Amino acid sequence: MEKRVVFRSAWLPYVLVAPQIVITILFFFWPAVQAVWFSFQLQDAFGLKTQFVGLQNFTALFKDGNYLESFKVTALFSVLVAFSGLAVSLLFATMADRVVRGALAYKTLLIWPYAVAPAIAGVLWAFLFAPSIGIVTYVLKGMGVDWNWIIKGDQAMLLVVIASVWKQISYNFLFFFAGLQSIPKSLIEAAAIDGAGPLRRFWTIVFPLLSPTTFFLLVVNIVYAFFDTFGVIDATTQGGPGQATNILVYKVYHDGVKAADLGGSSAQSVILMVIVIALTVVQFRFVERRVQY
Amino acid sequence: MKIKNLAIAWLTFGLLSANAHAQTEIQWWHSMGGALGEALNGLANKFNAGQKDYKIVPTFKGSYPESMTAAIAAFRAGNAPHLLQVFEVGTATMMAAKGAIVPVAKVMGDAKEPFEPKAYLPTVTGYYSDLKGNMLSFPFNSSTVMFYINKDAFKKAGLDPNKAPRTWKELIAAAEKLKASGQQCTYTTSWPSWMHIENFSAWHNVPIGTRQNGMGGFDAQFSINSPLHVRHIAMLGDMSKKGLFTYAGRTNQGDAKFSSGECAMFSGSAGAQAGIKKAASFDWSINFIPYHDDVKGAPQNSIIGGASIWIMGGKKPEEYKGVAKFMAFLSQPEIQMEWHTSTGYVPITRASYDLTRKSGFYDKNPGADMPVRQLTNKAPTENSKGLRFGNFVQGRTVIEEELEAVFAGKKDAKTALDEAVKRGNEILRQFEAANK
Repeated sequence: MEKRVVFRSAWLPYVLVAPQIVITILFFFWPAVQAVWFSFQLQDAFGLKTQFVGLQNFTALFKDGNYLESFKVTALFSVLVAFSGLAVSLLFATMADRVVRGALAYKTLLIWPYAVAPAIAGVLWAFLFAPSIGIVTYVLKGMGVDWNWIIKGDQAMLLVVIASVWKQISYNFLFFFAGLQSIPKSLIEAAAIDGAGPLRRFWTIVFPLLSPTTFFLLVVNIVYAFFDTFGVIDATTQGGPGQATNILVYKVYHDGVKAADLGGSSAQSVILMVIVIALTVVQFRFVERRVQY
Repeated sequence: MKIKNLAIAWLTFGLLSANAHAQTEIQWWHSMGGALGEALNGLANKFNAGQKDYKIVPTFKGSYPESMTAAIAAFRAGNAPHLLQVFEVGTATMMAAKGAIVPVAKVMGDAKEPFEPKAYLPTVTGYYSDLKGNMLSFPFNSSTVMFYINKDAFKKAGLDPNKAPRTWKELIAAAEKLKASGQQCTYTTSWPSWMHIENFSAWHNVPIGTRQNGMGGFDAQFSINSPLHVRHIAMLGDMSKKGLFTYAGRTNQGDAKFSSGECAMFSGSAGAQAGIKKAASFDWSINFIPYHDDVKGAPQNSIIGGASIWIMGGKKPEEYKGVAKFMAFLSQPEIQMEWHTSTGYVPITRASYDLTRKSGFYDKNPGADMPVRQLTNKAPTENSKGLRFGNFVQGRTVIEEELEAVFAGKKDAKTALDEAVKRGNEILRQFEAANK
């Protein structure tokens, strides 16, 4: 039986959802429409001269080999962030789920990083890994690792992935933890009585039952990696060295906010929007089939 | 009792606000944080205390690109500040925004305040004037790139600490000796594009771009892939491979590498002196930047960095009068000297330079006059007056990306600089089209 609330009034439900709709239109749809509009324009920084240029901003982008390279960098970055973020948080959640004493303290500590702004997270990690003064660099040097992300692209990528994942772990952890707690203990106990070891119990019972959570988090994390990570990049590598960490969203930020090139930046954000919409559709059509609700 | 207090409170409030109304407020957005911000506030307070009609209200708006972005957004929304401090690379963008700014010469002329562009050093005037010689913005904080050495490290390596390398050949020889003495990092730099492309070009009297380094018009092209540029960047790439040059990053990260003693030689802003003075536990000296001695005419003169003050358009005549009064106040040699000696920025007028010299400041602070001497080493040529490229924030990023590829050994210098020119020119064409 589905539970339904039926309004008698014809207008009351609309009034009740109106604030939400107004906010969505004002802060989500309106800027998106503006971005699309700007992407067909060529403007000077102050908006004094505006020309309609059609698709010129887009063709310029796709002629630029570095922009195409940025797609590859973004793909690598997003896959790394989403998968390692999910894996680590799932590990933490299962561990925290087994703890009996002091569980609250562990949980609080794990949720903590979520309150830290991305730029601050970036600065923290940049300090720890700073090429000459960082503590981690010092330890790595002692172990014979030549750590210098200022010039080594793969190390720079590793650094921004770690910083971005760290930032997202708490969010993922919360959902996984809630998901784990809703799995009936009886199922796991029954399997244990049948002789299934902890690993086997995890992969055959817990993991499939967690799949709706995992799927949801996959979507959220990919969106996070695509859109929300420019703060971390700006505070650490600023897209360098070379173009090693120049992901699409950072280029949008750099060109639009720092370099005041609104047309080019808008065209890039439109492309980014299309990619994320496409990715989300793909995830819902193909990945969701394997989810068991 | 209560009512009486309230009445007094109202009365004082009324008086205060009446007082505030009589004054014309002038908003000044700037990017001077920390000690520099305090020095700037000091100037504003001095002006405010000296007269009653106008009140300068300085507001720190973050880094240079941040305050510029904030001002652009404010302008689009119709409430831009009166004065905006803009870094040198934003000059072309501001200059092209004809309706958004008012040339400083016009504001001063309208208000009949004295203003003499010739009073400034030629490298400063050239940077902020149009081709007809009209000064468009008010030069404020200028620096240039200098070469620093750690004298203690030189001694340890058996080098003469009082003879800093003057040429790149000498620098490499010194770097090899330093390395042999156990110095891990021998040479590093801050602001790689500013030092190794922009100032490098001026110092060797070769163009950065066509059309007088972009000053002659928006149709300029970069020319930083000349044989001399390629040779210099290839040399740095080679030094990097041999461990004689340590890349520090795109901004001022090199400063800390030098002041901590990690690197023995370093090129960075003249403004880095204050930080080094505070942090360094060793003896150091400030010198002219090295040059290639087989290049004819080198060394020429270096070019400025830093920022100028732009006057925004669309304000009331009364407010522009106040702006003119404030600019006249800032032009006084005593004020210029105060700013120069308290911040380390170069004295930008001849009068303030002479005044500072007479005051004995340079005798007490040896080397403090090196930056201004380097800027005026020779009369500036078309190649060493400065530069003006549209969207140069993006342009610099492109140059830095390509330089990094060379320092990391991923590209050879020729390929990287050709690519920098190609990508840079696309940005210039975009700017040209947007500002037709």
